[in-house]
Amino acid sequence: MKRRLLLLIPLAIFVLLAVFLYQGLSLNPSARESALLAREFPDFELSTLADPEARVDESLLEGQVSVVNVWGEWCPTCKQEMPQLLALADHGVRLIGIDYKDTRAKAREFLTTYGNPFEVNIFDPDGTLGFDLGVYGAPETFIVDAEGVIRYHHTGYITPEDVERVILPEVRKWRSQ
Amino acid sequence: MAFPMSLSRLWNAWPRPWSSPCLSQVLSVLFCLLLLSALAGPASAAIEVHRFDNPVTQQRYQDLTDNLRCPKCQNQAIGDSNSPIAEDMREQVVVLLEDGRSDREIQDYMVRRFGDYVLYNPRLSGRTWLLWGLPAGLVVLGALVIGLIVRARRRAAGQALSVAERERLNALINRERTE
Repeated sequence: MKRRLLLLIPLAIFVLLAVFLYQGLSLNPSARESALLAREFPDFELSTLADPEARVDESLLEGQVSVVNVWGEWCPTCKQEMPQLLALADHGVRLIGIDYKDTRAKAREFLTTYGNPFEVNIFDPDGTLGFDLGVYGAPETFIVDAEGVIRYHHTGYITPEDVERVILPEVRKWRSQ
Repeated sequence: MAFPMSLSRLWNAWPRPWSSPCLSQVLSVLFCLLLLSALAGPASAAIEVHRFDNPVTQQRYQDLTDNLRCPKCQNQAIGDSNSPIAEDMREQVVVLLEDGRSDREIQDYMVRRFGDYVLYNPRLSGRTWLLWGLPAGLVVLGALVIGLIVRARRRAAGQALSVAERERLNALINRERTE
């Protein structure tokens, strides 16, 4: 009897493996943890989209919770994301833009066409700040707390559902800290 | 165009167990493999490779770009991808190499920005012990199973016939022969 039970071991291993691997099928391969969470917003010194002479740095993110959105005129999903960002601004959320690998003329045209929810746009034509933020495609969104620490990282497009379900609750959460 | 043709050739050339294998078949398989590898060549040739004066640095650049994974792609090294982020990362590897940073420092630099995902050789940590430990664990398990089998067989072999049993066996065999 004991020997018979031993014969079931391969079946048990198979079932375990099957369950484990089946779960893997439903994982989103592009979803992954951000390396930036709970870290300070990287140091930078760049001009703004509005003013080539201006200089802004990481202190821009201190004092209140900000939603930092990485966008570019060349990015089609950024256009689809603009209504959601405008809605966030209507909710009183402070939005900071990073105009990523773009030209001033095109970016300004973009904001005229699709609206401008941003308090300030950091102009990052070479993508250096984007690189330090681990941005590998626009749009990407970060929530930075009042101490300038990154608390949330959203890769890809923010859907209208995300605004209510994810972004606003996260902003409120970090405001109350 | 050439791809399906080479596939059908490969199929025709594949040695089948029911026909006798001959040299020409083996040769045509080798030819097809050569053809396939030639097809794979041009894809990587499109990516610009940075040239260093120092061959050691050149080799390090090669190894680093072969072993850092492009964050935008599912499974491509940054040295093998023409996505913009892979290009930026290759440029940054060049900058850091020229700055005299070690391989480990360059990997850490990328991991700080893009996470563990970018390492094709994951480091041993609390999250990866299973990944590294499982193969060794399976080898130990296999050795245990083999040991148990060997012991069981030895025990079976050790149960040899007693003198009385052997005599009886011989008697039975002899009776069989004389009948």
